[in-house]
Amino acid sequence: MHLLEPRAQPSQLMRWTAPLIAIGATLLTGSLLFWALDKSPLASFYVFFIEPLTSSYGWSELLIKACPLILIAQGLAIGFKARIYNIGAEGQLIVGALFGGGVAIWLEGSDSGWVIPAMVVAGAIGGALWGAIPALLKTRFNAEETLTTLMLTYVAIHLLSYMVNGPWRDPEGMNFPQSIMFSDNALFGLLIEGSRVNTSIFITIFAVLAFWLFNARSFLAYTLEVGGQAPAASRYAGFSAKRTVWFSLVISGLTAGLAGVGEVAGPVGQLNLNISPGYGFAAIIVAYLGRLHALGIVLAGCLMALIYLGGEAAQVSLQMPSAITGIFQGMLLFFLLGADAFIDNRLRRPA
Amino acid sequence: MSQSARLQLLHISKRYPSVVANDDVSLSVEPGEIHAILGENGAGKSTLMKIIYGAVKADAGEMLWNGRQVAIASPAQARKLGIGMVFQHFSLFETLSVVENIALVLDEPFDLPALAARVKEVSERYGLPLDPYRSVHSLSVGERQRVEIVRCLLQDPKLLILDEPTSVLTPQAVQKLFETLRRLASEGVSILYISHKLHEIKSLCDSATIMRGGKVTGTAIPRDETPASLARMMIGRELPVCEAPAFTGLVKPVLEVDRLSLASADPFGTSLSHVSLTVNAGEILGIAGISGNGQAELLAALSGENTVDRETIWLAGEAIGHLDAGQRRSKGLVFVPEERLGRGAVPAQSLTRNALLTAHRQDMKHWGLVSYSKAKAFAEQCIARFDVRCGGPDALARSLSGGNLQKFIVGREIMLAPRLMIVAQPTWGVDVGAAAFLRQTLLDLSRTGVAILVISEELEELFEISDRIAVLAAGQLSAAQPKAATNAESVGLQMSGLFNETAQPTESGHAPA
Repeated sequence: MHLLEPRAQPSQLMRWTAPLIAIGATLLTGSLLFWALDKSPLASFYVFFIEPLTSSYGWSELLIKACPLILIAQGLAIGFKARIYNIGAEGQLIVGALFGGGVAIWLEGSDSGWVIPAMVVAGAIGGALWGAIPALLKTRFNAEETLTTLMLTYVAIHLLSYMVNGPWRDPEGMNFPQSIMFSDNALFGLLIEGSRVNTSIFITIFAVLAFWLFNARSFLAYTLEVGGQAPAASRYAGFSAKRTVWFSLVISGLTAGLAGVGEVAGPVGQLNLNISPGYGFAAIIVAYLGRLHALGIVLAGCLMALIYLGGEAAQVSLQMPSAITGIFQGMLLFFLLGADAFIDNRLRRPA
Repeated sequence: MSQSARLQLLHISKRYPSVVANDDVSLSVEPGEIHAILGENGAGKSTLMKIIYGAVKADAGEMLWNGRQVAIASPAQARKLGIGMVFQHFSLFETLSVVENIALVLDEPFDLPALAARVKEVSERYGLPLDPYRSVHSLSVGERQRVEIVRCLLQDPKLLILDEPTSVLTPQAVQKLFETLRRLASEGVSILYISHKLHEIKSLCDSATIMRGGKVTGTAIPRDETPASLARMMIGRELPVCEAPAFTGLVKPVLEVDRLSLASADPFGTSLSHVSLTVNAGEILGIAGISGNGQAELLAALSGENTVDRETIWLAGEAIGHLDAGQRRSKGLVFVPEERLGRGAVPAQSLTRNALLTAHRQDMKHWGLVSYSKAKAFAEQCIARFDVRCGGPDALARSLSGGNLQKFIVGREIMLAPRLMIVAQPTWGVDVGAAAFLRQTLLDLSRTGVAILVISEELEELFEISDRIAVLAAGQLSAAQPKAATNAESVGLQMSGLFNETAQPTESGHAPA
């Protein structure tokens, strides 16, 4: 017997309550998990979700983690609406970081004010380029972008590993796989004393506003959405399917590349193998949790950042394994997908 | 109400949040009776049929099956009782073959080769030939319907519900289907027959229940009525008659197709072979034929969804074969496709956003940004001018009935002030009132100097509105004849692939499917 039956109309209420249900279910299941590990659920919950927000330093760290997530998710949401599934933002982030970091290394010692802008532009180009490869493969050879973007992520990781082990390795770095620390001129300026919050936040703020306007009003966003929802209608209207593919992948690569620059010219301050704690993948969850909406993504990005912070706190205070962050991310996605089924369906009432 | 009734409905009501679909509906069907349900779109026929088939649950009322009260909770239970239904919108899996699709709905273990043989046998016995191993995605609309009918027949139904079954058949095939249905009736099968084709109901059905606005407004013995009197009962007023005044403007060719040959991308599609035609300003050219004979390919080539050689298609003297759909639209070509949901309109989007789909050229965007207020005004105007019954410009396209969505799409395209309009199946599944309105709208538009090409499977319709008629069969187009110089019989024969007047020999090996 089927438990679900389709609704006549998709439920708008459910569309926005589904993320809340997913968050609630994640918290509940998380508590059970703590309990099963012999930790007090309430105390663990406090450590995980409340304590990080009790200090202004905690809030600043939240901002630092939320910014790249939000930035990447904005770009991904464009493609997801068009049903172009870029799941390789992590790789595009890395290539963006490599391009931006490369500029920093190349211009080491320069005191020009153009170093940071040059790094930003280079990072955007690097990310966009890494997104353009799957676009070319899809439009030219019809290669599935879900596979090519993911595979290119591993190529990017190896590329990064090669660069920091070889040409760009810090000669005084005790053979660690990392570049030189960037000079202040190649770092975003700090905004708040005593924190790591820097001016790259303006890139994210600008992106949120730009994508919000783009989604709400632009004709291109409309054509992308039509292409995702009804490909035959898109062909009928004469919208180019190839343009959709190129635009979706290049723009999401570009935002991921910018996020990469934000990391290496921000909290990380160099090229090393730990540029990103999986922001590119977590941003996929952020995009869907935020309902592919520019402002929804902001809220979802903050929540995801809190899970990162809570995961770190849980490792320190509760001696939890580092996998705890991934477990919470996974639960969130899992419950979200489950709750999303109720947008188009409802429980069948017993006859 | 006799004791022997196969199916009896007593005081059935079904209320949806915004509309009462069925209000105190009662009817009775005897074994072996062919019973028509007549009514406009939105009269509640489909809801009633879904209640009988267990797909929708009634709020109130009783249902008696062979004299015993039943509550049918699901289609599976309905099938078990012996109720089969052929839906207007098919429920087939495109990636599976005919026999696999049929196996899926049989509530019993099956043996595919044996079932295939049975499919072949039953389909041939009832004059609905089918290749059991063909994939459904390659079948035409007409062939898909055959699959639906055959899969009902395999379950040995006692009551068969048919929702507009003849809209995709040639006159000859309709006669064949009627023979099938009469044979089934003589074997004791009851048939509930939904159709808008009044002359068919008159010739086929023993009795009729007429519905309007969710209520039963009358019953009739169709043999004793005329199509006009049936139409009056159904829509509550006289059926308008289309007027086709002579065109007085300058007659010049607008669309010219010059020996268009096109291999179909679909392995089961029909390739076009040397199709040539001309549509003049101020006239309607009708193209008759059963879908699957190159209609889809010709439409895609004309609309620009598939581009072809530059010099095979000309619009007002300009070669446009190489231009895509958007570029051709910018030159004054508009198109109403057969599939309204998913092609002519985006199902999950509002009418305002669906107006934007093709009307964005009407000064609706500046600097890449859309003026949604202009799109909304356009949609409102379209709704008002073409009498689209809906919840306003914010209503989702998929919430509209087929006829109303068609009015919206036709209206949207007309409001683009075209030079050439291409329309496929203008009134497929549209009720008589709306169909008459749409036909008159097309006629009026053509008399303003617009060239119109109509591809339809409904001969009656083509004879009503066309100035000239050609037939597309097996990927070849016959020479267009003035309406007065031809008749339904000869067009019907050409539709079956027997070109009697055109001397063009068949080059390709494509037999009519």
